[in-house]
Amino acid sequence: MNMKYTTRKKAIVLLEDGTVFYGKVVGDMEGTAFGEVCFNTGMTGYQEIFTDPSYYGQLMVMTNAHIGNYGTHVEEIESDSVKIAGLICKNFSYPYSRPSAEGSLLEFLGRNNILAVSDVDTRALVSYIRDNGAMNALISTRVDEIDQLKEELKAVPSMQGLELASKVSTKEPYFFGDANAPYRIAALDIGIKKNILRSLAERGAYIQVFPYNASIEEMKAFDPHAYFVSNGPGDPEPLKEAIATTTAMLKTGKPVFGICLGHQVLALTQGISTYKMHQGHRGINHPILNLLTGKGEITSQNHGFAISAEQAAANEGVEVTHRHLNDDTVAGIRLKNHKAFSVQYHPEASPGPHDSKYLFDEFFEAIKEAVPA
Amino acid sequence: MPKRKDLNCILIIGSGPIIIGQACEFDYSGSQALRSLREDGIETILINSNPATIMTDPSMADHIYLKPLTTKSIIEILKKHDNIDAVLPTMGGQTALNLCIEADEKGIWEDFGVEIIGVDIDAINITEDREKFRELMLKIGIGMPPQAAATSFLKGKEIAQEFGFPLVIRASFTLGGAGAAIVHDPDDFDDLLSNALEVSPIHEVMIDKALMGWKEYELELLRDKNDNVVIICTIENMDPMGIHTGDSITVAPAMTLSDRTFQRMRDMALHMMRSIGDFAGGCNVQFAVSPDEEEDIIAIEINPRVSRSSALASKATGYPIAKIASKLAIGYTLDELKNQITQSTSALFEPTLDYVIVKIPRWNFDKFEGSDRTLGLQMKSVGEVMGIGRSFQEALHKATQSLEIKRNGLGADGKGYTDYEQIIQKLTVPSWDRVFVIYDAIQLGIPLTRIHEITKIDMWFLKQYEELHFLEQEISQHSIETLPKALLLEAKQKGFADRQIAHMLECYESEVHKRRMDQGINRVFKLVDTCAAEFQAMTPYYYSTFEEEIETTDGKRFVANDSAVTDRKKILVLGSGPNRIGQGIEFDYCCVHGVLASSECGYETIMINCNPETVSTDFDTADKLYFEPVFWEHIYDIILHEKPEGVIVQLGGQTALKLAEKLDRYGIKIIGTSYQSLDLAEDRGSFSNLLKEHNIPYPKFGVAETADQALALADELNFPLLVRPSYVLGGQGMKIVINKEDLEAHVVDLLRKIPNNKLLLDHYLDGAIEAEADAICDGEDVYIIGIMEHIEPCGIHSGDSNATLPPFNLGEFVLQQIKDHTRKIALALNTVGLINIQFAIKDDTVYIIEANPRASRTVPFISKAYGEPYVNYATKIMLGDKKLKDFNFKPHLDGYAIKQPVFSFNKFPNVNKNLGPEMKSTGESILFIDTLKDDEFYNLYSRRKMYLSK
Repeated sequence: MNMKYTTRKKAIVLLEDGTVFYGKVVGDMEGTAFGEVCFNTGMTGYQEIFTDPSYYGQLMVMTNAHIGNYGTHVEEIESDSVKIAGLICKNFSYPYSRPSAEGSLLEFLGRNNILAVSDVDTRALVSYIRDNGAMNALISTRVDEIDQLKEELKAVPSMQGLELASKVSTKEPYFFGDANAPYRIAALDIGIKKNILRSLAERGAYIQVFPYNASIEEMKAFDPHAYFVSNGPGDPEPLKEAIATTTAMLKTGKPVFGICLGHQVLALTQGISTYKMHQGHRGINHPILNLLTGKGEITSQNHGFAISAEQAAANEGVEVTHRHLNDDTVAGIRLKNHKAFSVQYHPEASPGPHDSKYLFDEFFEAIKEAVPA
Repeated sequence: MPKRKDLNCILIIGSGPIIIGQACEFDYSGSQALRSLREDGIETILINSNPATIMTDPSMADHIYLKPLTTKSIIEILKKHDNIDAVLPTMGGQTALNLCIEADEKGIWEDFGVEIIGVDIDAINITEDREKFRELMLKIGIGMPPQAAATSFLKGKEIAQEFGFPLVIRASFTLGGAGAAIVHDPDDFDDLLSNALEVSPIHEVMIDKALMGWKEYELELLRDKNDNVVIICTIENMDPMGIHTGDSITVAPAMTLSDRTFQRMRDMALHMMRSIGDFAGGCNVQFAVSPDEEEDIIAIEINPRVSRSSALASKATGYPIAKIASKLAIGYTLDELKNQITQSTSALFEPTLDYVIVKIPRWNFDKFEGSDRTLGLQMKSVGEVMGIGRSFQEALHKATQSLEIKRNGLGADGKGYTDYEQIIQKLTVPSWDRVFVIYDAIQLGIPLTRIHEITKIDMWFLKQYEELHFLEQEISQHSIETLPKALLLEAKQKGFADRQIAHMLECYESEVHKRRMDQGINRVFKLVDTCAAEFQAMTPYYYSTFEEEIETTDGKRFVANDSAVTDRKKILVLGSGPNRIGQGIEFDYCCVHGVLASSECGYETIMINCNPETVSTDFDTADKLYFEPVFWEHIYDIILHEKPEGVIVQLGGQTALKLAEKLDRYGIKIIGTSYQSLDLAEDRGSFSNLLKEHNIPYPKFGVAETADQALALADELNFPLLVRPSYVLGGQGMKIVINKEDLEAHVVDLLRKIPNNKLLLDHYLDGAIEAEADAICDGEDVYIIGIMEHIEPCGIHSGDSNATLPPFNLGEFVLQQIKDHTRKIALALNTVGLINIQFAIKDDTVYIIEANPRASRTVPFISKAYGEPYVNYATKIMLGDKKLKDFNFKPHLDGYAIKQPVFSFNKFPNVNKNLGPEMKSTGESILFIDTLKDDEFYNLYSRRKMYLSK
């Protein structure tokens, strides 16, 4: 234990437009990390967020005042590594307290080589993103080389049009769950979270997970009862293979369920376009109205793109089933002529509330209906 | 679905007088509810016997009944208003719920066709009946501590034998944990069991196996009629299980909960709320979490109503729970309502915080001599403060700075304990000062593991303390000249006050302030907005902090500040801080009216206060709310930022008043009566000279600074003597002594407790009658708003006396003296605004006891009794906007209004209940009587000498 109070080395957050937010580096790391800067308003679940593949390539501003308080836990990960490009926070908690923790967040980030900056006026940064939109940025300990860093930042591609699914997808197909489970589901991994697999498995599914560019034939070979299209990072439009495979899934007549990026892919198969949102939705307090039941749900969300509300409303083959109550964006759709539906948010939660778990149940009801007894 | 069309007139039940466990948070919730219902065009009718509340103001409801909270009053109201469709009983605490249940059992609601909204009676019955609640929880699979119910002494003994010690016993259907106790020692069990059986109205006691050391959490829920449920706030108790949540230091958001455990808890809370009934409204659920790898969660209790914690949660998040709960009760659903802060997003959401709040209770053990000061299952605090900061440390510091117990925060004031045994003892037996003792323990080098072992406080919190200690050590190695900027910024970000830093550096506070001004370490203000800045919010609810810099593309450096200053003329009103005995809701009433009146005069109004229970800290009250300690440094920085025309100090009780001297010294304008006049009235010597000049009698007195001087004075003045320190409120340390031994003992005691204070010795006018007058003075004219006569003889603190308005047996000759003296004194003191003068009357001569040129405890009472907005008038006069002659005074009162003090002695069973010059009551009620033949008056009059000590 250090018996002396140490003030830490300076670090910066440099935005694409040249604005600099000063802070301090977490631990004794040095270097620079690039990405799209966006913020998450969740007050719990930092480890799940950092390992969620949907956040690939993003510099994550955590709005909660303290990060790291309860350390890290071996089971609270959504993929095998940290996926965010870097962390920006107000107070980084070096000490942690939780009997079941495996270690500190500092060690966890260190093992994954992730740069983190603390003591930033995150509230001002979030307000800035809110007013100016999500943009590229970097975090760095090279506080005296701002001009040089600006040049380096210019080389970072925009998130718009960026295909990232291939970076986080599995290279090889793999299985998840109990091979003797009653149902088989073929999942297209364009950045899948572990808790989706857990949620499917615990309802009686044996799952084969396929890479982002898998063909329908490969997936059919598993003889699935249903298909699943996962969440993931980046812009959905460049995902030509996933869109084609999903179109083919629909043709099989089997139930199809999509989450987040998977939802956007399903919309794209119906000719509904997607767009990059101003700042996106990232947090675990997002209000959704289920238009079929009239009931509300508090949901976990993480997306920077959305599907066109006008086109969804005008599309005769599609029914909008869920709406975001804050900005009226489309949060869920159902295809009228297929047993296919999708949501923009995360019913698997992790982190976040469990209000939307029923969607998995509905998926399984559809599977049960389709499977002859 | 929009609101119900069949609800046009609604009755709201208030919570009555302030008692421990039920304070002004229900004035806040009731006021919000009334406002919320009226927004929807609903006719509102209110019953509350507490005259010091904002909610009982004529402007708050369509019909207000300042009547005793009894079913008799309810029937009277229902007869008079046959159009009442529903009753909303969830805004007035346990008192309102109990009255609602009683009326329900008597069939009153049914007789008058009144529907109960916002809760259902079955839900209350289940949650209050611990055995039924337990059965239900086990049925729905929610864990409960091992527990059993006893309805007899014998049964209780059997349970104890089965469970073993330590045990927790709780009386069913009681408030604020009355009758609850942790029993470590089997020898104490019998007495505590009988006591609990006795206080429970149904003579039922629940006995639990004690979950000592488990972590404690509270969730605040809202549900609409479509069964949408949202969690508004999660509060973590820093003090683990074993200390009543009202007496615990609490923190929001939860600091040490993982998402997985939190979501399990959230699921349980939703499940529990849905299981107890099908109602639309607010609900509070308490849980315990095992402090081990299992993270087991157990339900402690559920309260299907707005509570003290929901007031705290509203202030902590910005989400106005009572306001929304009222809308839900009349049929709205959450998805139809807007987030009141952003006005653009949905009310169906869960607030997220980018700051931390810490609540610390305020105790008043000094008022209850002989009381057991140990904190436990029974709530003992009389008020609370909340600190908001960008870190736990900053929030903790701000909360400790808000307490007004002469501490500047944690450590760095030379007041900490340094004795090992004493510290260990104070850690082991928690009391009001444990929050400070933890810091002392670390300073002394007691290992954190040991502190944790004793207190069971989560290590995360202790590590935060430790970091503060390291920082203090580091800074202490410097001088003001050598202190690096980075370190000073760190200290400010962690909430250390300039005074504390000055103590560490051995320099003046003003030097630290200057240093940080020079270095650009400026306090900035951030918004409480429910959404961590995700959406734009206009609601002007701010707290201060210190932040790192931002550099724009053109090289300009700045620190981001959410609080933009307008070019309007501004008035700053200083609030009254935490509730305590002698300074409670009355002063919040005055502050709120000061704000509203200033606003009517065209000023932008700014409120500074740190009490989360109040209406003054509702973001709807002032144009700008700074939720900050009423502590010099914070106030001064706000003044530097806002540059108000002046500061109103005479409405916020002693808290605000004692800052007058410093404001004056810094050249900041005090609105109304000047500092010099305030000081003159406090300085007994000068004040007596003033009385002498005007030929006004006063009891013989003297000033002493040592025991020797006091004994010498006693010979001159003759016993009995009234002894008190100067500059105190609520009669703190005031005592009547009859001989030299008593005098010596008391003087020695006072000089030890309040060093460097002058002591006042008055000849005590034995057997005199006491009266007081409140007046408004504009510097030229004086208008007496009311004269009250105490029913008890002189010697009982005015706050503890029953008193009548107008006087019941003072002759014309005496009344004329009171009026003349009041006028003369008000003018002589150059009063601009309110003044309160206390009199003792003996042998037809009126003596002056004291004069206070400020709002008094009785002003709200007189305003209510006469139906006149006196604080509003007084504020307009202070501002120079109006003169007395501009008002058309029309007081109206048939018969008499009696002010009745209410005590909370049941929380302190071993305390001496005798009344004397030191105030002990926690609240008051108003009773209107037509004539002096009224039974109630006769009762009071005949008992008047019973409590008088000596």
